[in-house]
Amino acid sequence: MLKNDIADTIREKALWMRRRAFTMVHDAQLGHPGGDFSAIDIIATLYFGVMRYDAKKPDMPDRDRFIMSKGHATGALYTALCAAGYYPEDWLKTYMQPQSKLNGHPNRNYLPGVETNTGPLGHGLPVALGIAIAGKMTNSDYRTFVLTGDGELQEGSNWEAAMSAGNRKLGKFTLIVDRNRLQQGMGTEETNGLDPLDDKFRAFGWDVEVIDGHDVGALVSALSEPPGGRSKPLCIIANTIKGKGVSFMENKASWHHGVPNAEQYNIAMEELV
Amino acid sequence: MAAPAAKQEGFYDCRDAWARTIEDLAESDPRIVAVVNDSVGSSKLGGFQKKFPDRLINVGIAEQNMVGVSAGLANGGRIPFVSAASCFLTGRALEQVKADIAYAGFNVKLVGQSSGVAYGELGPTHHSIEDFAWLRPLSNITVVVPADSWETAEAVKWAAAHEGPVFIRLSRMPVPDLAVENRRFQPGKAELVRKGHDVTIVACGTMVHLAVKAAEELEAEGISARILNMATISPLDEAAISTAASETGAIVTVEEANIHGGLGGAVAEHTSANLPVPIERMGFPGFVPTGSVEWLFDHFGLTASGIARSARKAIGRKRG
Repeated sequence: MLKNDIADTIREKALWMRRRAFTMVHDAQLGHPGGDFSAIDIIATLYFGVMRYDAKKPDMPDRDRFIMSKGHATGALYTALCAAGYYPEDWLKTYMQPQSKLNGHPNRNYLPGVETNTGPLGHGLPVALGIAIAGKMTNSDYRTFVLTGDGELQEGSNWEAAMSAGNRKLGKFTLIVDRNRLQQGMGTEETNGLDPLDDKFRAFGWDVEVIDGHDVGALVSALSEPPGGRSKPLCIIANTIKGKGVSFMENKASWHHGVPNAEQYNIAMEELV
Repeated sequence: MAAPAAKQEGFYDCRDAWARTIEDLAESDPRIVAVVNDSVGSSKLGGFQKKFPDRLINVGIAEQNMVGVSAGLANGGRIPFVSAASCFLTGRALEQVKADIAYAGFNVKLVGQSSGVAYGELGPTHHSIEDFAWLRPLSNITVVVPADSWETAEAVKWAAAHEGPVFIRLSRMPVPDLAVENRRFQPGKAELVRKGHDVTIVACGTMVHLAVKAAEELEAEGISARILNMATISPLDEAAISTAASETGAIVTVEEANIHGGLGGAVAEHTSANLPVPIERMGFPGFVPTGSVEWLFDHFGLTASGIARSARKAIGRKRG
């Protein structure tokens, strides 16, 4: 398959995920659509262009792992797992409903394809690190991917794990930072600044790539394993736009957990084509 | 760190049994790994490290990462035993224990070392007397408090074979092996250490052998005290507590822990809702003053005579 075909597939899946996630949020009147939309191109690229998995065998030992550390962005994760074939689309209609498998934050015991329960920030990177250590220990060739928010990096547990991953030279370990520069209330730099983020990770012993997190070609290239592999963990700082794809949501912190009314929903559906 | 109590003949540090057992288990099961926070020495894992250098993961002084990493290791098919001072393992990493281990339900074994007030003079920052109250409400985690070396070894073996999260709470206080015939470790079950009908003393961990001495003291006065070794704090053996309440009519609980929310709290929760009887809860009421382990035990009445005193009090509170 030509690379362009892969990119087209990813874009097509990402569009479907945005529309489906926004519908879920609209129907439930709950969710985190701003962060869903900044992360969707990254997650679509992982599931439809990079990762090795078999949705029929979610426990396959040598599957690549994806850990959604920003567990609140369930619109992005649940639509990706659905599109990847882990469960039928009907399940998405139950989002946040009483006793749904689709809780506000993912639970691996409810949903196939979820690797660990996340929600409290700063948990995904240490768990992903443990998965990567297990892989190295057993000479497995699976890769471990973890997506964190950027504001989330204010949690100290991330830096405990970053230090450990750097020291362990885990070449099959990839962190993607969804760098939309907005947290719940305001900008990351106004809250507790992260820049220069690339230098921080380099200082912790990581390779770093800074890319446009909505450029599917750049994502495929950064997320693909180079010939011969890597000798260090990789941090991809994906510059993104919170609310990407819907004019009135883009770069607005209020859409962190804002939910659309009927009119906003219709406008978004017209734009997401 | 604080020196353990002076060596007494026939008294053993349960950490030795833990270390021997985990080394043996690791020998036969390659999935078993140890995870520590610079706690190789205090966990007595020097031998494990020598035998299995690649299977000891030392994350450094970083408890949140330590617990998160263990969840990931379980995802990757390993059986991690996380061994660290109980105060830091449970206190510093409580949210990881809750979300990554209990709620996610990973097959991880947490081993809290030097728990209770084992660190004596080092003070409440290093004591772990709140751990029962923190872990008891977490669904899925079996909380086990071995009373001696034999039970420590059995609990570690059981934990390795059990699929699911376990917290094993160890001390560094040397304790004697309990004299119970035909012992079999049963998680979730109280062990009848001594029969009795006037009062039941429900004890765990380092307190069990003191309860036995208290019962001997009471026997000389004609008081018959039943002793239950409640090695599993959660889930609690409610049937054994109900039986004790109905047959003996009074209960003393004794634990090297805060009396709020621990063993005493668990027993009181059950009896108050089902079979209310007088209960005397022994342990620590909160942060303790400076003192050695021995001094602290004595100060708070966690001695054979102190337990006997509470037993008389509980009996005195029986109605009619």
